[in-house]
Amino acid sequence: MDVLPRWADIVLIPLIGLILAAVLSALMIIASGQDAGEAIKLMVQGALGSTNGWGYTLYYATNFMFTGLAVAVAFHARMFNIGGEGQAMLGGLGVALCCLYLPLPHWTIALVVAIIGAGLFGAIWAAIPAYLQAKRGSHIVITTIMFNFIAAALLNYLLVGALKPAGAMDPATARFPEAVHLPTFQDMFSTADNPLFRGAPANVTFFVAVAACFAVWFLIWRTRLGYEIRAYGESESAAKYAGISPTKIIMIAMIISGALAGCMAINNVMGEAERLVLNSVEGAGFIGIAVALMGRNHPFGIFVAALLFGFLYQGGAELGLWTSIPRELVTVIQALVILFTGALDNMIRMPLEKLFLALRKKGATA
Amino acid sequence: MTVMTKLMSAATGLALTAGAAWAEPAIIFDLGGKFDKSFNESAFNGATRWAEETGGTFREIELQSDAQREQALRRFAEAGANPIVMAGFAFGSALEEVAADYPDTKFAIIDMVVDAPNVRSVVFNEHEGSYLAGIMAAEASETGTVSFIGGMDIPLIRKFACGYAQGAKAANPDVTVIANMTGTTPAAWNDPVKGSELTKAQISQGSDVVYAAAGGTGVGVLQTAADEGILSIGVDANQNYLHPGQVLTSMLKRVDNAVYDALSQGEDLETGFNVMGLANRGVGVALDANNEGIVSYAMLSKTFGAADQIVSGEITVHDYMSDESCPALDF
Repeated sequence: MDVLPRWADIVLIPLIGLILAAVLSALMIIASGQDAGEAIKLMVQGALGSTNGWGYTLYYATNFMFTGLAVAVAFHARMFNIGGEGQAMLGGLGVALCCLYLPLPHWTIALVVAIIGAGLFGAIWAAIPAYLQAKRGSHIVITTIMFNFIAAALLNYLLVGALKPAGAMDPATARFPEAVHLPTFQDMFSTADNPLFRGAPANVTFFVAVAACFAVWFLIWRTRLGYEIRAYGESESAAKYAGISPTKIIMIAMIISGALAGCMAINNVMGEAERLVLNSVEGAGFIGIAVALMGRNHPFGIFVAALLFGFLYQGGAELGLWTSIPRELVTVIQALVILFTGALDNMIRMPLEKLFLALRKKGATA
Repeated sequence: MTVMTKLMSAATGLALTAGAAWAEPAIIFDLGGKFDKSFNESAFNGATRWAEETGGTFREIELQSDAQREQALRRFAEAGANPIVMAGFAFGSALEEVAADYPDTKFAIIDMVVDAPNVRSVVFNEHEGSYLAGIMAAEASETGTVSFIGGMDIPLIRKFACGYAQGAKAANPDVTVIANMTGTTPAAWNDPVKGSELTKAQISQGSDVVYAAAGGTGVGVLQTAADEGILSIGVDANQNYLHPGQVLTSMLKRVDNAVYDALSQGEDLETGFNVMGLANRGVGVALDANNEGIVSYAMLSKTFGAADQIVSGEITVHDYMSDESCPALDF
């Protein structure tokens, strides 16, 4: 029935998108009077050429894994959760409150508590739009995106007021106590004479993210709830006929989605900054949409796509550091990849489908 | 033997450091970007001036996100950049972490104090410059009411306001000082429309001289003041030229000088606490062809008199940030 073989759908389309984006980016770099080959080499070298570069790439990838999974889980129920940004912000608030106000003796306990705190806050933030969708029919796209703004305003209010230490100028919380410091890759893998990942922010949360990938896979394809979510997503009326409650599915899918987005805060708030700053999410919630689209809403695809975007972020930072390519152009390069792999999916799919159809006809007649 | 080896390795260590003596300085701009017509641009101008005068080159980066602060610092330090200058108080917490890891690299941070042996903390006595601006404002005012518009409500900006109010009250004890802040978030640095609204509100309360310490928001303040026919006072860079004859003066904060100094000293950067005040021309008020018509002789002599007294220590301007209170103004 499907026109495209599975491998073409999963591998070929994103790959062609990437190549197109790379070619366009190279043209833009050349147009701005720089050496494109040098720039690409710099990106690869900077993001993947050293353990330090990997440390940053994996750090960004961890963020995108969480937000990508969040989008994917909701999408299996055909809920388009674009509120990952706000849910991650609230997750950060949850993490900060846990780390600042609970006496946590050791990072292992702190990690568990932070997962609960981040997940809970993110879930609550997603549950409100979910309820409005399930009970009142308010469109989830509109409500989740509006909730991003509410989250930003709420965080603003708290960071300028109650949570800011007296006399500080930054709108940020105090630094978290030493006991809740999550081990970074440097702490874990470095030896005295072989320093690895020096100064890089990648931390133990990466493994939490990988575990979350497995958990989501298990949930969606190996449990009854996952089956119900997928059934509801494929056809609401059929799901209803089979006795699946739409309200329940919408609520549960969105709560899981929000909790996953919230858990991103363990990485960036607890693992990296070790305090809550105003703009801690930095667009990762929206990148999650592109990651999920590119990863075809499958945890493994999301893992790979998150790595790619991590590479783009770290490579982009390297470009900013060592070339005079303006930061706006770096953003354009990142945006091109999102555009081609996420938004322009059909532009590549349609000619490919025609090509495969033609090939198949040829094969049938011969 | 062991002593010998130690000596030998120490000698090689020395030789290595001597070999690596060549180093390019680096400068890191804050999220506002290097062409913000204010703080970052001033830092950039200082670095450019150094490069033009010495023929040297410097590395630079404009940050895209908060996570890059520490990254940029570490990457530059690892690449051997020395000294590394950063513009903005927001680098404080990143630098605290990084400085200890690179003891051979010198860092300079502007507007923030980081206590580490290889860090030069440059702070400005904005209250002194603002004090002079306050004197000029009170002298120029005919209504007896002068006003202040701050950007983001942080202690640093209150320091500006407090110095300004003290200066105004010193020149005219009966003066009324109105102070407003644009907002409480970084967005307040770039909201010229709100700056304009606040200016109009202050004019309706009788103010006829308005001092803006609000980054990009100040552009709106100065514009509205010019439109409504009152005087304004610019900040950081010399903004007198924006509306010739209508900007009374600008409170100069010579970030460019701070950057220039740091780059000129190079790897031998003098670390520690570096205060840029009236005495070493770190702050001041701008006088040029654009405002000479509106600045009277009496005003000038009073201002310069006060400047001398501040330098000599006869007048102490209260620094809001020293105890988070202001004798001349309630926030």
